[in-house]
Amino acid sequence: MTITEILFYAFAAVLVVAAVGVITARNPVHAALFLVFAFVNSAVIWLLLEAEFLAIVLVLVYVGAVMVLFLFVVMMLDINIAQMREGFTRYAPLGLLFAAIVIVEIGSVVWVKHLGGVQESAAAIAQDPDYSNTRALGELLYTQYLYPFELAAVILLLAIVAAIVLTMRRREGIKQQDIAAQVAVRAQDRIRIIKMDADKASEQTPATETTAGAPQTEAQR
Amino acid sequence: MNLVPEFAAELLSFLPAWVQAVVWYGVVALVLFISIILMMAFLTLIERRVIGSIQARIGPNRVGPNGILQPFADVLKLLVKEIVIPSSANKILFIVAPLLALIPALCTWAVVPLWPGFTVADINAGLLYILALTSAGVYGVILAGWAANSKYAFLGAMRAAAQMVAYEIAMGFALVGVIMAAGSLNLGDIIEAQRGGFFSYFFWWLIPLFVVYFISGIAETNRAPFDVVEGESEIVAGFHVEYSGMAFAVFFVAEYVNMILISALTSVFFFGGWLSPFDGWPLPSWLAWLGAPSFIWLFIKVWFFLFCFLWFRATFPRYRYDQIMRLGWKVFIPVTLVWIAVEMLLAHYKIGPWAG
Repeated sequence: MTITEILFYAFAAVLVVAAVGVITARNPVHAALFLVFAFVNSAVIWLLLEAEFLAIVLVLVYVGAVMVLFLFVVMMLDINIAQMREGFTRYAPLGLLFAAIVIVEIGSVVWVKHLGGVQESAAAIAQDPDYSNTRALGELLYTQYLYPFELAAVILLLAIVAAIVLTMRRREGIKQQDIAAQVAVRAQDRIRIIKMDADKASEQTPATETTAGAPQTEAQR
Repeated sequence: MNLVPEFAAELLSFLPAWVQAVVWYGVVALVLFISIILMMAFLTLIERRVIGSIQARIGPNRVGPNGILQPFADVLKLLVKEIVIPSSANKILFIVAPLLALIPALCTWAVVPLWPGFTVADINAGLLYILALTSAGVYGVILAGWAANSKYAFLGAMRAAAQMVAYEIAMGFALVGVIMAAGSLNLGDIIEAQRGGFFSYFFWWLIPLFVVYFISGIAETNRAPFDVVEGESEIVAGFHVEYSGMAFAVFFVAEYVNMILISALTSVFFFGGWLSPFDGWPLPSWLAWLGAPSFIWLFIKVWFFLFCFLWFRATFPRYRYDQIMRLGWKVFIPVTLVWIAVEMLLAHYKIGPWAG
């Protein structure tokens, strides 16, 4: 066995263990963390296949962004584990059925590939050191697959806009900061400076008048 | 492909090739980590002295001449302190969390070009690797907050998660501009593309992106004025409120290593890394050494940005949380998007650095 094969089997074994952990962990947070671990391990396997761009993007997108938000939500939710397990026996047959369908699908894809004799392209082909996976991928994406790529981007943009529109609603009674309004404020709108003849009031008028004047100025604000 | 330089290959010639590579990179990584941790230790001292001087006081000056041994005294103190694990904490995650914060911070250094022709791992997709690892660093903070089973720690972790995800996007967009200017994801190539002295650094054409990148970097490392994650006036100390002794120190190290990293990356992406600012200038022969690229230039640039970190901390009041979110999503992301469009036009009409 070469060193690459040893590494492959080691990481594949850890990947399988992590994947099993995702579905067996009792605590949802642990399950999410096992999923992160599985992603990291599959990224390493992609690295062994010399697909460094895909490997790094897997870590960047799934580990760095998607799973962080996932974990964020899972941690915030107050999940009742007992309640979650209640329907297990009821839904188990359905789950098994779907699992079987997925296995058959994966198997058929492998079988079809096997028939077509694409065995060779499935194995990693050693490239010369100057070969850049990233460049090759970029060239394909922006020439041959430009339209599908742009379409996918537009669909994603649509999804983002839709998600924002779905959650955006004005609620009454919430204090929100309006920066533009704050910046536009002028002193004249907020305070009014009133001239009062201080010494005249103290000399002549009785005390009742000055006390009557005080609430008035306060109300004017 | 030659993985091991010749002198090391000769020394290790009794070993098989792949063991040679493992030993060589092990030694390189060890030396690199020790130097970064030493730099970080003195950064804590310099931070306290600099902020002290900004606030018109002295700062630590008792341990050793001018307080130079203060970091070692701190380490000693933290080493002998007991690590308390809260009884209702999730023990494994509680211990793993500080490591998850530190390891990505140290691993990112592998692709940073340190001096001409030397990068520990000179990979093609270096910039993506940096983005991937810095985004993985958030796990340490989130898990620390969750595993401690404390409300304050948890609030800190939630803030950290939201803040880091928000600023990562602006950071990524700022780097898209750098990629467009350099035409490469390799950090060495990005530096080479800035050759030609101070005025050909990307900084000049990418000023908005530089500002966004550096401020996002401060937010990403949870430093003041974006340190609501720790926010000692509201949530005591945030995500590491339950940590003590060395476990706390590891978070501390991770934060400072990240600061050094952001400074190094800012100088690589916008200020030509190890290139000399006088590169290619007509210098008299006795000053010719000034134009040569070397590690010293990177070192000076890194310390300049580190000083900025400390300066901002001493100068600005802490942001309110909703204002941080607003700045990240509604200000920085539009700014970067607009500037990428401007850059696109510049590149199309061959203006500025795209003229050649």
